[in-house]
Amino acid sequence: MSERVHEGLVTLREMPRRGMITLRGDLGDRTLRRAVEAGVPMPERGRLTVAGARMAAWMSPDELLLMAPHEAILADIATLRTALAGSHHLVEDVSDARCLMRLEGEAVLEVLAKLSPVDFRDFGEGRFRRTLLAQVACAIGMVSPHTVDLIAFRSVTDYVWAVLENANDRAAPVGHF
Amino acid sequence: MLILTCPSCGEAKDETELAPGGEAHLTRHGPGSADIEFEAYLFHRQNPKGVHFERWRCAAGCGKWFHAARCTATNEVFGTYSAQVTAPPKEIHEAIAARRPDWEVPS
Amino acid sequence: MSTRLKTGGRLIDRTRQVEFSFNGKRLKGLAGDTLASALLANDQMLMGRSFKYHRPRSVVTSDASEPNALFNLGQEGQFEPNARGTMTELFDGLEAASQNHFPSLEFDVGAINARFARFLPAGFYYKMFIHPRPFWKHIYEPFIRQSAGLGKAPKARDASTYEHFHVHCDLLIVGGGIAGLQAALTAGRAGREVLLFEQTPHWGGRAVVDGAVIDGQPAEAWVTAALQALEAMPNVKLRARTMGAGVYDHGYALGYERLSDHAPGAPGPRHRLWRIRAGHIIAATGAIERPLSFAGNDVPGVVLASALRDYVVNWGVSLGDRTVIVTNNDDAYRTALVLKDAGLEVPAIIDARAAGGGALADEARKRGVRIETGKGINQVKGGKRVTGVSLCAQAGEGAALEEIACDCVAMSGGWSPVVHLWSHCGGKLLWDAEAAMFRPDPARGPTGADGMPFVTTAGAASGPMTTAGVLADATEAAGGGDVPFAEEPAAAPLEPVWMMPQGASYKLRTKAWLDFQNDVKVSDVQLAAREGFESVEHAKRYTTLGMATDQGKLSNINGLAVLANELGTDIPAVGTTTFRPPYTPISMGSIAGEARGEMFQPLRKTPMHDWHAANGAHWEPVGHWRRPYTFLRAGESVEEAVAREVKNTRQALGLLDASTLGKIIVKGPDAGRFLDMMYTNMMSTLKPGRCRYGLMCSENGFLIDDGVVARLGEDTWLCHTTTGGADRIHGHMEEWLQTEWWDWKVYTANVTEQYAQIAVVGPNARKVLEALGGMDVSAEALPFMAWADGTIGGFAVRAYRISFSGELSYEIAVPAGQGRALWDALLEAGEVFGVMPYGTEALHIMRAEKGFIMIGDETDGTVIPQDLGLHWALSKKKDDYLGKRAQARTHMDNPDRWQLVGLETLDGSVLPDGAYAVAEGTNENGQRNMQGRVTSTYHSPTLGRGIAMGLVHKGPERMGETLTFPKVDGTEVSARIVSPVFYDPDGEKQNV
Repeated sequence: MSERVHEGLVTLREMPRRGMITLRGDLGDRTLRRAVEAGVPMPERGRLTVAGARMAAWMSPDELLLMAPHEAILADIATLRTALAGSHHLVEDVSDARCLMRLEGEAVLEVLAKLSPVDFRDFGEGRFRRTLLAQVACAIGMVSPHTVDLIAFRSVTDYVWAVLENANDRAAPVGHF
Repeated sequence: MLILTCPSCGEAKDETELAPGGEAHLTRHGPGSADIEFEAYLFHRQNPKGVHFERWRCAAGCGKWFHAARCTATNEVFGTYSAQVTAPPKEIHEAIAARRPDWEVPS
Repeated sequence: MSTRLKTGGRLIDRTRQVEFSFNGKRLKGLAGDTLASALLANDQMLMGRSFKYHRPRSVVTSDASEPNALFNLGQEGQFEPNARGTMTELFDGLEAASQNHFPSLEFDVGAINARFARFLPAGFYYKMFIHPRPFWKHIYEPFIRQSAGLGKAPKARDASTYEHFHVHCDLLIVGGGIAGLQAALTAGRAGREVLLFEQTPHWGGRAVVDGAVIDGQPAEAWVTAALQALEAMPNVKLRARTMGAGVYDHGYALGYERLSDHAPGAPGPRHRLWRIRAGHIIAATGAIERPLSFAGNDVPGVVLASALRDYVVNWGVSLGDRTVIVTNNDDAYRTALVLKDAGLEVPAIIDARAAGGGALADEARKRGVRIETGKGINQVKGGKRVTGVSLCAQAGEGAALEEIACDCVAMSGGWSPVVHLWSHCGGKLLWDAEAAMFRPDPARGPTGADGMPFVTTAGAASGPMTTAGVLADATEAAGGGDVPFAEEPAAAPLEPVWMMPQGASYKLRTKAWLDFQNDVKVSDVQLAAREGFESVEHAKRYTTLGMATDQGKLSNINGLAVLANELGTDIPAVGTTTFRPPYTPISMGSIAGEARGEMFQPLRKTPMHDWHAANGAHWEPVGHWRRPYTFLRAGESVEEAVAREVKNTRQALGLLDASTLGKIIVKGPDAGRFLDMMYTNMMSTLKPGRCRYGLMCSENGFLIDDGVVARLGEDTWLCHTTTGGADRIHGHMEEWLQTEWWDWKVYTANVTEQYAQIAVVGPNARKVLEALGGMDVSAEALPFMAWADGTIGGFAVRAYRISFSGELSYEIAVPAGQGRALWDALLEAGEVFGVMPYGTEALHIMRAEKGFIMIGDETDGTVIPQDLGLHWALSKKKDDYLGKRAQARTHMDNPDRWQLVGLETLDGSVLPDGAYAVAEGTNENGQRNMQGRVTSTYHSPTLGRGIAMGLVHKGPERMGETLTFPKVDGTEVSARIVSPVFYDPDGEKQNV
């Protein structure tokens, strides 16, 4: 699959597959925190953390999404499973279950606000929120100022691309934010 | 179009991000229960005009269920709280009492 | 005649001509015109026909409340019906056509209805068309369909695009008149985050037209300064051409932004629907002037007094040379002064009040205008155009005193606050008898999530109608602050006038219009009251008062005053009809937003989707997925393709893209115990490395899903669900874990999309896998209902030995990213073994040949496993599972139910899907009794005849009996009850 790019209100880019792990467990547990923090700082509720090529995002009170270069993912899974052996947890590879879009530009939130009911007024760097993008589930992470990573399910990649490209129409600025 | 705060996310969620789940605090009756108990568990609901305890799921968010205390007539929300309780917590009772002094726990 | 004046017109640019057409006639207007003002400037007073009597209609207003000047705009993909000319900005090339006339606007045969008006009173349709019954379908309805309706429905696909925009703000202010601006200034200075909407392209509202003086300067200058100040505030956002359309629960509001209605062809969306969550909403929506109810008040040339001022001041347009003004309040005197300033004649002001007006009246008198107090209009003269009025005493029955020649009548019956946004979410009104208006009751506002009112009105929407009153109220509404100074001439009080003259005769009342759009007259509302439609909501529906596109903005208050009078009660006792959003109609496109065409719905694609599309896939929607129903080859029919796929799979090798099946990981120390509750079978005893077919029931006992469960490890299971069940069943599991057994240590993960899964099916299945090489797939290493991890053809796979076709079958799972590559490899390696992909129909036929049930075919939410002969899948060892208690209820645990059987037609034909088997006798409705129905039916290519499954009363006890199934075409077909397993009943083929 060739990655698409669309220049409009922002630069919209379909990103190559990124390694992603669903980790469920007791997020307050010291063993779990140590296992996560070996790669990336533990994210607080509603946030994501970045360390080099690795990211961690808060998905729910007992779930994190850990991200890493795809080639590192099998080793990361093995490391986590070893570290968490004996505790109640779940570690699954979900790299192939997701698509990833990156939006860059000053109007990123304005483009997303056309499709998501999120209050973006205080959506700054490091924020991570699961919500809807038009009619499908997605997660929106502000990885750096004016750069948003959007994660959705693989099967709806083309739909996600279509609604984002449509919202990114250069002739449709809102000028609100 | 309601807005409810998901206690797990700690954030206000739009109704479009949520899924409703009906009356809260039902007690499950399984095998061995009397017909009358089982019928009540499956079918009998309070359906009040006024204060109601109900279940919601943060469907497009963290995926967790939570409870809300809401007035069905005015949509006033007295609070949201954990789904892992069998009865509304004290602070919810207090919030309701502050706004609906005459309200009584339904039998 | 109506014409463009030599001077004046604050909104038009006389240097820029704009060409447009009306009913095909080419006309010229000016930049800044509305369609209505441009038509008037061209002496085109006649703009349409009324709904029922096809009476000639012209503008009554200059704003959003317009009931008459409705047009079909544009052509083809830009076509839009029912556009209000008063709200349509003129642009080059605009094409407008009048509505509701036949054959032409000037000569309309439907106008004959008006001759029969006394035979078409309120409720006529209800009374007339009920008998004789067959007449409705064959005579009345076709006739009404042809004559009813205002604008035409668009036929072409809408060429424009639309979008939504979600926004949260502290304070939403709707209305850009001086009230809205003052509220925004007050709130903005206090640091609040403000979003301010104005529905027109212009700010300032009425004050700039009526020459208000604020802080010693003309309102126009004050508005300009206010806008500058607001634009300099980073916390305030202004948006013109955006209407506050509706207010809903918890501060939700809709804004309707018209981006390019005034500039068609401009790139970008035409409309944007603002989906707003506001902490608080201020409705600074102004007021609407009321018409007066006198005979002939619908003749073109009779307009609201304020609208006439607007046309002169804003667009330099006069509606006539001689205007008679009729009023019950002081405000209309402003119109006289404006007309005099423009050099136009005002032969008389007819003031219904015996005492007459205040300071403005004195000024008019000084300017030489004749003022008649205590008088009313008996009747307007003229047909397509006003030619004069006859005067009468307001107090009497309407004896004509005098005729005055004129070509325009300006009327004012007082003002009604625009309370719509206040009322949409439950704000209550009170009747202000002195001002004769319903206004918001500040003590009973619409309440939000915290139980506190979240809408406030500001300015005229609250009731005050003076500049000073408006500014003070707006300041207060926004939290208080400095109020700009304004002074106005002292006004005499308004006197309510609901009928003119007060004792108007029946004849006059039948010509006094309340609702111009729907042709509802004073006499109609009175008739409704006499016939018992006493509730205002009933009277509305009986008479059509306040219906259609304008929703009674002009007519409601007058109408319910007439109703109250007729019922002998007072106005507040009658109350208002319900105010529902949107304030004025909004486009369907804006509601849909981007959800059209390929974005109408998400379409889910498997990793092999592109291959399917390139290889003849005939698609079947399954949930949001598209699955190949069959793969069509050149020259093949769908039936032929399906038959080919079935035969080939049974005889050689078939491939099925099974990626859509749900896959849920269930893990934890309590996972086995949990699955024992979820499934009717025992899953905790499944050995690692093995698979088991399982059934899931709801707590009601009904079958909700099925699928193969594989035990992956000591504490880990993988549950396959149906394609449609993946999200639902994952949610079902999480619901029970979170809300009932939250102390159980179980985690779930929906990994459906992580894997591509390919069913390799048929006698050659093992051969192709062995040809690809890798893991041992022999019957010994990987027996039926086992699974194993390994490699095949270099792919890391998980292989399941499961079968939904009755053939030797493997389901091979790989990470989705490798799905297409594995699919290609299987096709290539399978070539020598006769490989052929097959679609969902072949899958269905093969499972039906084997008697396997399908969720959604054999189940419909009322079927329990026992009905389907699945007792073997109900664990007897378990104390409990979801649905177990329900299945013990008397009507469930009962042999007297419809149960699964096979059905074989005697003539070999295919039974119609869903056909019912008839029994002896008839029910209380005279219909034949039923004893069963078809749930799945196919032509079996394997057996060369029709096969079916069905639920039949006590079916399994009735093997060999013949049932009769009536068909839609009136014929019947007979089928024998047989075992549902038509093919390989001993399962020898799958277990090799």
